[in-house]
Amino acid sequence: MIETMDQIFVLLQHWLMGLLPAALQPVAGVVLGVVAIVCLFPALFALTTVFERKGLARIQNRIGPNRVGPLGILQPVADGIKSLIKEDIVPLCADGVVHFLAPLLLVVAVFMGFAVLPMGRNMVLVDMDAGLLFFFAMGASTELSVFMAGWSSRNKYSLLGAMRAVAQMISYEVPLLMSSLSVVMIAGSLSLTKIVEAQNHYTWGLPHWYIFTPWGLAGFLTYAIATTAETNRSPFDLPEGESELVAGYHTEYSGFKFALFFLGEYLAMFSISGLGTTLFLGGWSAPFSFLGWVPSWFWFFSKMMLSIFVFIWMRGTLPRLRQDQLMNFAWKFVLPLTLVNLMVTVLWRFLGDGWQRWVFCSAILIVAYAGIGLAGMRRGHFGPRRYLYAE
Amino acid sequence: MNWAFYLIAALTVAGGLAAVLLKNTVHCALALTVAFAGLALFFLQLDAQFAGFAQILVYIGAVAILIVFAILLTRGSETPKGSVFSRNWLAGLAIAAGVFAVLGWAVLHSASVLPHETAAPTVTVLQIGNALMGRYVLPLEIVALLLTAALIGAVIVALHEKEGSR
Amino acid sequence: MLGEGILKGMAETAKNFFGSYVSAERMTTVEYPEQRLAPIEATRDFPFLVYDGADWEAGLRCVACQICEKECPPKCIFIEKSKDKKPDAVGKPQFYPARFDIDISVCMSCQICVEVCPFEAIKMDTEFELSTTDRFGGLLLDRKQLAKSDEYYHRIHPIEAGEVDARLAHGKVKTEARTTAVAIASAIKGAEVPAKSEGGGD
Repeated sequence: MIETMDQIFVLLQHWLMGLLPAALQPVAGVVLGVVAIVCLFPALFALTTVFERKGLARIQNRIGPNRVGPLGILQPVADGIKSLIKEDIVPLCADGVVHFLAPLLLVVAVFMGFAVLPMGRNMVLVDMDAGLLFFFAMGASTELSVFMAGWSSRNKYSLLGAMRAVAQMISYEVPLLMSSLSVVMIAGSLSLTKIVEAQNHYTWGLPHWYIFTPWGLAGFLTYAIATTAETNRSPFDLPEGESELVAGYHTEYSGFKFALFFLGEYLAMFSISGLGTTLFLGGWSAPFSFLGWVPSWFWFFSKMMLSIFVFIWMRGTLPRLRQDQLMNFAWKFVLPLTLVNLMVTVLWRFLGDGWQRWVFCSAILIVAYAGIGLAGMRRGHFGPRRYLYAE
Repeated sequence: MNWAFYLIAALTVAGGLAAVLLKNTVHCALALTVAFAGLALFFLQLDAQFAGFAQILVYIGAVAILIVFAILLTRGSETPKGSVFSRNWLAGLAIAAGVFAVLGWAVLHSASVLPHETAAPTVTVLQIGNALMGRYVLPLEIVALLLTAALIGAVIVALHEKEGSR
Repeated sequence: MLGEGILKGMAETAKNFFGSYVSAERMTTVEYPEQRLAPIEATRDFPFLVYDGADWEAGLRCVACQICEKECPPKCIFIEKSKDKKPDAVGKPQFYPARFDIDISVCMSCQICVEVCPFEAIKMDTEFELSTTDRFGGLLLDRKQLAKSDEYYHRIHPIEAGEVDARLAHGKVKTEARTTAVAIASAIKGAEVPAKSEGGGD
């Protein structure tokens, strides 16, 4: 019974495949998985928009949307209808083909990232040996679509916003890859299913998740910062916050294309928190060994939604970072910290089991955090302004 | 699976042709990105997973963006006044034909020299890592030195500009 | 310590989030239109004409002196004086407005018309739900729509209405005192010169 609940989607897929002739079965299996992902994650996206608005509202001591449906649950339906029936305005001198392809490329690249996430026991769409690398490769393609969107609008401000967004995404790509590198080192494989299986052990009922190790905690924090910056999420949302002030890279988009950008951003948030739970929070494994009877996909999705909730919490708490503050933070704080973390991971692996490695690694990380924090994030001393051309 | 090969080949050649024939330079850069994607698909078709994904990550994720930035920061983003074809197209054609002949001879010659293997050897990331750290460690370190030099050079160029404006 | 501020901020927002469900003083949202905020004494929106008694035509305080029309900055008041007179609140025959229109799409609620009216005839209303589908005629309020009773005025601005009533009562007392004094004076004069006819009021 527990097994059935755990594998219910896999069994459903096999049953549906069995209805078809043998030649079509592999294709049908993959198509069913794709259909499931394409239906599930946009539905989660719709739910998340309501949660975000209501969560932010409660943080700001007000009620969120509550008119459409009970507790505002049907608000995304209203938003969806609105975005579909709005007029699709394309500027006259905009580059038509590139303007059209940019949101498409974004959504396609983001959807591809879901293919390697293990959402439960035996529930990964494509089990690749280099799954993590595939995921990051798809993430890199999103930068190109941001640039295409900004450039094709033939708008100075869009282009500036796109350049800033691309600079931000490139800067935070390096800490992102480095923090996941420590996980790969310890797990010994680039395959995400193997990484989850390496964390699926319990000692005295407590799990072996990587976040419960010193290097895992530091790695998770830098991973969280890097992913918040990669998906242009607050407090790193200067490219899209700019669209409230001047213009961002998706200012010339209206109607459904804008909705596609929005969808792409939220789906990127989902996939990257999915990857975060896989790498650091143990994927589909239960928190305690006695909770193993709960289906594995339930744990995966609840951890993912917990990460989303933390994203929303951060958005409601922190003010936006300026572009230079953002870049300083990336290159002067996060990157050195990830390098130190990498070395600490090596130390962890080669010190062998025991309490020594806990103490040493934690000590090194705390000293590095404080030291880099003091050294790298010192405020520049600005003297009196010199006006070159006014004198 | 020959049809897959021909399809990817068509995509890559089309991308490459578009990269040289289009008027708008940024369009050319985007077409070059399509050619990169085609190359990555070739790697994947040959079961070289690491090479394929690294191609996407590095070429499309970084090099294409670099090319586009370079085009935008110079005056290449304006549409060219004259035709895209240069005047010495005959000499160019001759040189291209010569290079193609040499490359073709090298590829076909090497195919007859290598033993015929029916099954492609599965190269795992572990083997690539071991090879990089074992047999090819010197080229790896030299490439790292090159990258460091490029990084320092970029920082110096940017720094120099800041001091030059004072 | 780097990151301390972020943690303190997150604790604050968490307190806000959970507190908004439990404590009523955090959640100050008034869900319009099911709930409404009670208007305060000095709330003002657009002007209205006050009438005393039950009949709005007979009791209308406005005597069409047209001072408010002249003083109105955006010129949104349109008055047409009547040809005949009718007795006003103190009994004296006065003109009355045959037409008194206010264009509330122009009115900027500056209250100057209220300040300059010598007869306490025009006051500020608190009604704001005046949306209509007719953009021009629907927003031009005429005499009948503008006339509201003195009891209504007491309901919406109790303190102000009390002061106005006191002023009017004081004015009435003064007028009556003067009328009585003139009557006494003319009665005395009439006793001396019985041929002179009695005059009316002032």
